[in-house]
Amino acid sequence: MIVEIGHFALALALGVAVVQALVPLWGVSRQDTALASVGPAAAITCFLLVAVSFAALVSAYVRSDFSVETVVANSHSTQPLIYKFTSVWGNHEGSMLLWVLILTLFGALVALARNSLPMRLRAGTLAAQGVVTVAFLAFVLLTSNPFARLDPPPADGQDLNPILQDLGLAIHPPLLYVGYVGFSITYAFAVAALIDGRIDAVWARAVRPWTLIAWVFLTLGIAMGSYWAYYELGWGGWWFWDPVENASLMPWLAGTALIHSTVVMEKRDALKVWTILLAILTFSLSLLGTFIVRSGVLTSVHSFASDPGRGLFILGILVFFVGGSLALFAWRAPLLRQGGLFAPVSRESALVINNLFIATACATVFIGTLYPLVLEMLTGDKISVGPPFFNATFVPVLVPLLLLLPVGQTLAWKRGDLLGAGQRVLAAFILGILAALALIAFSRGGPVLAPLGVGLGVFLVASAVFDIGERVAGRASGVQAMFSRAVGLPRSAWGTAFAHAGVGLSVIGIAAAAWSTETIGVLKVGESMSSGRYTITLDSIAPRSGPNFRAEVARFKLAAGDRELGILEASKRVYTARAMPTTEAGIRTDGLSQAYVALGDPQPDGGIAVRFYDKPLILLVWLGAVVMAFGGGLSLTDRRFRLAAPRRAQPRAIVQPAE
Amino acid sequence: MSWMRRLLALLLLGLVWAGPSRAVQPDEVLPNAALEHRAREISAGLRCLVCQNQSIDDSDAPLARDLRILVRERLTAGDNDAQVRDFVVARYGDFVLLRPPVNVRTLLLWAAPFLILVAGLIYLWRRTRQQAALASAVPLSDEERRRLEALMQEERAE
Repeated sequence: MIVEIGHFALALALGVAVVQALVPLWGVSRQDTALASVGPAAAITCFLLVAVSFAALVSAYVRSDFSVETVVANSHSTQPLIYKFTSVWGNHEGSMLLWVLILTLFGALVALARNSLPMRLRAGTLAAQGVVTVAFLAFVLLTSNPFARLDPPPADGQDLNPILQDLGLAIHPPLLYVGYVGFSITYAFAVAALIDGRIDAVWARAVRPWTLIAWVFLTLGIAMGSYWAYYELGWGGWWFWDPVENASLMPWLAGTALIHSTVVMEKRDALKVWTILLAILTFSLSLLGTFIVRSGVLTSVHSFASDPGRGLFILGILVFFVGGSLALFAWRAPLLRQGGLFAPVSRESALVINNLFIATACATVFIGTLYPLVLEMLTGDKISVGPPFFNATFVPVLVPLLLLLPVGQTLAWKRGDLLGAGQRVLAAFILGILAALALIAFSRGGPVLAPLGVGLGVFLVASAVFDIGERVAGRASGVQAMFSRAVGLPRSAWGTAFAHAGVGLSVIGIAAAAWSTETIGVLKVGESMSSGRYTITLDSIAPRSGPNFRAEVARFKLAAGDRELGILEASKRVYTARAMPTTEAGIRTDGLSQAYVALGDPQPDGGIAVRFYDKPLILLVWLGAVVMAFGGGLSLTDRRFRLAAPRRAQPRAIVQPAE
Repeated sequence: MSWMRRLLALLLLGLVWAGPSRAVQPDEVLPNAALEHRAREISAGLRCLVCQNQSIDDSDAPLARDLRILVRERLTAGDNDAQVRDFVVARYGDFVLLRPPVNVRTLLLWAAPFLILVAGLIYLWRRTRQQAALASAVPLSDEERRRLEALMQEERAE
């Protein structure tokens, strides 16, 4: 019964979404306020209905209702409760329902947001969001019904793919989806602005918080996914340039560019056309990502569902929304007036350069990901585009951007002083150079580029710290004055500093990977092996059983020189229902570094194959992303987003004091 | 719909699940550290043909193991890195290379990032010059200023 209620609520939501898509626009065109204000009510109702539907599905999984097809295919009665719960989105149908849930949640949030959006903009935005909702609800109902029944029900389920039975599944997809889907709001805002034919600083200010929310979650989602792959897949890699990873990286890059271009638009009323295009492209890339993952067109380690029928449906959605919005853009964008002028050397120009480089990086990933597919369709030739290609093209595009970042960050709006900016970043630059030189001297004969990478990271972190430090210290003296100035600095200034420092931290972590070491060998009980700074001694191997798996657990004594670091456990599991093996790496965090042990096969002579890594500063890779996201969150709490957007009749009020 | 068939073929090809990676086994490791290092570098650039976007260095598929051993055999026999790669490509085609070779078919792939960046820079440079020209445009005459004022008043009155 509960399952049918869920199915029914979903169908009802589709009806409400159709209302949300059509009525507000109709109201706006007829100048009928009552009709135009149907949007918010419809958006909230739609969300509540999808929430009921999602709750029904969760209940079916938690109760192990094996009369439901997807529950049978992805769940097992012996699973711990948390994995029964996360199994809901560990499959195609459920994850699409989660997608739609988040989509409607964002619609409801826009409806509830208290800032005074112009009526036409709000109506247009909710209508555009409604169209997206209609498309995806139809997709779920027609091709991916999670509520389909099975008769007769089997005695037990087939269990979830063991790789997915991990806390990572509880965190990674929801974060990632909030990021992906959050950009639907920026898309809807862009479409609404194009329909309305008007776009100004009010628009930019209304869009910015949504972009930031989506970006923060996408950043965390990607970082979490990367860490999950690192500890679960068992060879210590954390980024594979896999099509599915690229699918999440592309909207992240476009979203990063968008955050920067909306700043220019908000402060200086410039870059309007580009910002609108970027808003459309960012969500288009999210849709492309969904298509890549859901259709399995570029098969990869991540896609756990592939079905050509669904693929074609999503391809249809993709073509409709990307093509439709780009056509609208081509038609309406020439009407948008270009705003404020700025000198070639200015904060605006720096942000334009930022956008150019990020857009190029994004295009590089896009072309690299889709080129093999297109080439094969056109000529039948099969080529592979893998990590070596991306390392050779993506990195050279990104490095100049990162080198310029600290300079751009200190330039003034409208007309900047390049020499002054250069002087301001000089101290940080020298610090970076010193760090690189010290490392080169220290690791003589080691990797060549890595010290430069670390130097770049140090430069980025130091310049962010110095920039904030300079503003806090200022010309005034005294701790009190500095403290009040630190509090008085706009939160967005702190956010910028944190985000840019986070980039630096990640760069250091990525560069330090060059010093990681790997040892492969066979260990018997009592034998030792070392890798880099760490040594392990195999203490024991013993069987152990979990709720739905059997495991062989190897216990190691870990030491760094004379320093005892305790016991490290690595195991191999076999999940009974699917008879599928997984490796659970043993990881010990030591400061910012990690020792990492993965088990291989038992050997005929009684030993066990072991892969043992020393991963120096590896945690910085993800810590940097978390700091970036924290910076984004700080920006989100900036005073100007909590106040009502100024009305258009007072153009002077929207000019912010230069930061 | 031949592309649909190709799409399907691609789907089927990818269905072999690679599972957790154990990759290089201890018995494969060459005693000569320098040779082993070269073998790892080469393996990381060769695609495991039955897996989903994994290099043979990362994959535990039997075919990947065979290829890893083959690479090591060639190296031990005295081949240089390029000879080993050519040997594998001669058997499996360019598809096996994770770094696609630069040729007519991949020229666009390799050149695209550079072309986009240069095109963008040229566009920005021209736009900056236009803006500079605009900024130094002749200021409004008194008559124009009065007309503008009148227009603005009208707008405010609306």
